Amino acid sequence: MVNTHMAQRDWRYYLNRGIIHFILLFAVLFYLLPLIVMVFTSFKTMDDIRAGNLISLPTEWVVDAWVKAWSSACTGVKCEGVEGYFWNSVAIVVPAVLISTAIGALNGYVLTKWRFRGSEIFFGFLLFGCFIPFQVVLLPMAQTLGWLGLANTTAGLVMVHVVYGMAFTTLFFRNFYVNIPDELVKAAHLDGAGFFTIFWRILLPISGPIIVVTIIWQTTQIWNDFLFGVVYGSGETQPITVALNNLVNTSTGVKEYNVHMAAAIIAGLPTLLVYVLAGKYFVRGLTAGSVKG
Amino acid sequence: MDAARPENATSSSPSLMQRLEHFIPKLVVAPTFIAMLVFIYGYILWNAVLSMTNSRFLPSYDFVGFKQYELLMDNDRWGVAVVNLILFGGLFILICLAIGVTLAILLDQKIRQEGAIRTIYLYPMSLSFIVTGTAWKWMLNPGLGLEKLVRDMGFENFEFDWIVDPDMAVYTLVIAAVWQSSGFVMAMFLAGLRGIDSSIIQAAQIDGASIPRIYWRIIVPALRPVFFSAFIILSHIAIKSFDLVMAMTGGGPGYQTDLPATFMYVHSFTRSQIGLGSASAMLMLGGVLALLIPYLYSELRGTKNG
Repeated sequence: MVNTHMAQRDWRYYLNRGIIHFILLFAVLFYLLPLIVMVFTSFKTMDDIRAGNLISLPTEWVVDAWVKAWSSACTGVKCEGVEGYFWNSVAIVVPAVLISTAIGALNGYVLTKWRFRGSEIFFGFLLFGCFIPFQVVLLPMAQTLGWLGLANTTAGLVMVHVVYGMAFTTLFFRNFYVNIPDELVKAAHLDGAGFFTIFWRILLPISGPIIVVTIIWQTTQIWNDFLFGVVYGSGETQPITVALNNLVNTSTGVKEYNVHMAAAIIAGLPTLLVYVLAGKYFVRGLTAGSVKG
Repeated sequence: MDAARPENATSSSPSLMQRLEHFIPKLVVAPTFIAMLVFIYGYILWNAVLSMTNSRFLPSYDFVGFKQYELLMDNDRWGVAVVNLILFGGLFILICLAIGVTLAILLDQKIRQEGAIRTIYLYPMSLSFIVTGTAWKWMLNPGLGLEKLVRDMGFENFEFDWIVDPDMAVYTLVIAAVWQSSGFVMAMFLAGLRGIDSSIIQAAQIDGASIPRIYWRIIVPALRPVFFSAFIILSHIAIKSFDLVMAMTGGGPGYQTDLPATFMYVHSFTRSQIGLGSASAMLMLGGVLALLIPYLYSELRGTKNG
């Protein structure tokens, strides 16, 4: 490849490189624009918004919209900002992620190192759970949660996320453990180590990367969920995505776009931070479910 | 006699241990197995039963056969939702694939700062469709959004009010969804490109093939599996699209931007039409299966041949 390039380093080569860079830069702007607009808008006053345009800098950077979004904006009936809903989301995400990851790890361990008759078929049927449109389970689950007394509770939402996250977490851990040599497990078994000892002493210590991938994937999925939150949460227990939607779409009176944008950034910040800090694992999680699955 | 006891004990305790060990793995996956049977397959069956009843505000079990499906077929709003899904899904998938493969090929040309550019292309994927929808709703605001920006740049008569235009609103969903997902498709193609055996390309170059020809004849065909996977993932996103519509248009103007997912939600949970809602959910499942089964079939056959 290098050879031909060297031979063709005339004006046409530089034109090509120019065009390539131009297109890539244009795409960078396309992806960045909404984020820039959100940040600028959130620091403007409403007068500033009406006077300027999307990409004009705030004439004065003010945090009023942020304060209002966090603590006093109306999300439906109540006007207490998104703060409470932010913590609701945290209270849903933390237990749901931990439980579903632990279940996935154990399932993956069994499905690769302790196969039994029918375990492959079981996995195949479980995998199907990654693909169903959740609309098909919404109504039965709503009734079940009602019977269990879990309707409109945080515990109910945690349960739903664990149940429908298991297929993915199992898939991740299975695809990871399948590449770990069986001899490792067999040797430990001959030395007298039992089921849990092998898992705890041998597999778990080398599972760091896949645990990170799974936790990131599940955190993003559950934090960003809207469907389960809007159907199974209400008022006190709604996650932040539902609160944001209520704030933007059901508020009456003057639309405060600066408050909307501040609330949207607050709702997006946790997953955005996860992505910035651990982007490598984020990408691996996204492709693990697709390319390998 | 005395010696027999420990012998017995040693011969029976390993077998007990072994039997226990035999059961532990099954015991560990048992909760998942039961949850899967109940919450996935049981619920699908339950939903299928509901779709054959005349349930309204509460589930009832008066069976009416396929009446709900007939009502669905005659329902104008459902018709709009299905046409929208074909329009939205088709454009969303095509544009994402085109942008994804183009950006991946361009980014694969030994670009400096590739890492930083890739990060920027991909970050929208970490944001929810609710946040995405909120941002784009503001960007597309007629009066204060992009319309004003372009007017301020000197094009005084520029008009861009698609989001409130009944005929055009569905395309605004495409813009926002493409923004959110196309970077991910790019990442998939880039991973695919990096996996192509470079000796084939070198051989083609020695034979005197031009660069565009190499791409068209060798590299793009080699990316076929990525096209397939991306197609499945994108169509899956399209069929499940619910949050984006709720955040951007709420299904409006009227019900012009309804998708099957919003139709199902509205009828099941706000319009007390559980029978109709569950029937629409079954059709959504059918749509996913129609895509998924041929895909899985070809995947399995592919691994056998390979």
